[in-house]
Amino acid sequence: MAKAVIPIGPYHPLQEEPEHFLLTVEGEKVVDVEVHIGYNHRGIEKLAEHKSWQQVTFLVARICGICSTSHPIAYCNAVENLCRVEIPERAKYIRTLVGELERIHSHLLWLGLAGHFLGYNTVWMWVWKWREPVLDIFEALTGNRNHYDMLLPGGVRRDLNEEYFPWVRKELGELKKNLEMLSKAILDDPVIISRLKGIGVLTPEDVKNYGAVGPTARASGVKIDVRKDDPYAAYDLIQWEVATCENGDLLDKVVVRILEIFESIKMVEECMDALEKVKGEVMATIKEVPPGEGIGRHEAPRGETFHYVRSDGGSSPIRHKVRAPTYVNLPTCKATLPGSQLADAIIILASIDPCYCCTERVAVVSDKKKEYLTQEDLIKLSWEKTEKLRRKYGK
Amino acid sequence: MKEIKERLGDKLLKIYEHTPNRIYLDIKREDLKEVVEYFFLDRNLRFVTASGIDGRKEMEILYHFSEDSTGKIYSLRVKVPKDDLKIDSLTSLIKGAEFIEREIFEMLGIEFTGHPNLTRLLLAEDWPEGIYPLRRDEKGIRDLKERNWEKKNG
Repeated sequence: MAKAVIPIGPYHPLQEEPEHFLLTVEGEKVVDVEVHIGYNHRGIEKLAEHKSWQQVTFLVARICGICSTSHPIAYCNAVENLCRVEIPERAKYIRTLVGELERIHSHLLWLGLAGHFLGYNTVWMWVWKWREPVLDIFEALTGNRNHYDMLLPGGVRRDLNEEYFPWVRKELGELKKNLEMLSKAILDDPVIISRLKGIGVLTPEDVKNYGAVGPTARASGVKIDVRKDDPYAAYDLIQWEVATCENGDLLDKVVVRILEIFESIKMVEECMDALEKVKGEVMATIKEVPPGEGIGRHEAPRGETFHYVRSDGGSSPIRHKVRAPTYVNLPTCKATLPGSQLADAIIILASIDPCYCCTERVAVVSDKKKEYLTQEDLIKLSWEKTEKLRRKYGK
Repeated sequence: MKEIKERLGDKLLKIYEHTPNRIYLDIKREDLKEVVEYFFLDRNLRFVTASGIDGRKEMEILYHFSEDSTGKIYSLRVKVPKDDLKIDSLTSLIKGAEFIEREIFEMLGIEFTGHPNLTRLLLAEDWPEGIYPLRRDEKGIRDLKERNWEKKNG
């Protein structure tokens, strides 16, 4: 049968993110896939070299709107590793609490989208409705629904108001009840099972070859989790378990994320209990950053986020390398996609919970005279180009 | 650490422990593939990523490997002289190294010999040849625009 190439992108029509896949198909079967990234490259690593050690925390928070505390945790871990600083115990619990709340909201977001991609919009509507209270909790505790900016190297910027804790416990309890109902409903539905079971399988060998991380690896039975393996913040002070599944298909990727939400709810509750007992400072002072290198990691909702910083003793990093989880998870579609049906391609590509803003990080627009182009300049440039094209083609 | 020292012998130029879980090893460019085989296959470590750094005198690439059973990160440091920017590609051994090698290639201009598809990853297709954004002596886009302008308009 003749081969055809179907492009998806550069801007994904359903996922509303800049991604570009070229699927080679034979009839309905996908035989090959080519991945292009870089449509939205922003130059964060270069920008970080021009900002102070404190400012970079807020820069990396803006790498991604969904996991806007994952990059700061990894970055702060890296700087604290470089300075060999230990943060106060209360700050550890606050970091863990914010990190786990973020996992809850991020997994709920993905779960809703997965329902949407399958054409099961009830799941989407329900789950996103339940995600709202989690954002309200964020607003009450940190002051923002997104971009909480709670961290700085050395600790956290704000203490939490414990008056909200009883209300947070009540909201999380309701979320738990709703999720229990949903997980039973999903896992009993024969349509969902037939769409997900045995589709897009990622083997443990491919997990190793591609270096896949996070729920993508854990669904294939590879028990890796930075929170357990290389504990930071309060992850070694509270009781919790790493959730894993065995088959590596789409169903297991859903199940593993649902299990993680339950685990995260438990962890948030434990952190609140601890915060009611542990009092004190939330910030350790870092006077200066010595020359050297530091590596920090954090288990973001999508997997391990890795930050490497190097200092020459100055006021800003001389190199800052960011490796987001999607960067290693995305190429696994070369292993999972070929051989599957075209109709399953969308959900297989979405099964790693891709985050493109994390994957592409380098944008400074400048022209000869002015330092930066404003919105008006860009509109003017666009008009000029249209005019040029019109003249060229005589229309 | 003792085991690594014994196994690598004179291939290991320097080993340094910053904190107990962060270990840096200096190795020679020629030995890279052999040492990576030892870490990736024999010790069964996970390849995390590689960081390319312009270290003024020479380029450096750090290959980070994570030992998930202990939480240690081994970073293999390879120095590449600026007058001969070439290094062996690891993509044939580790599939996950394809993207990062392409990124280092376009950002720093280091060539990976034996890479199956050494093309740009993140930069635009019309980005001019020979401009490497993460190099220290790169003046940035202002300089680049002028050069483009001159090229186009003579």
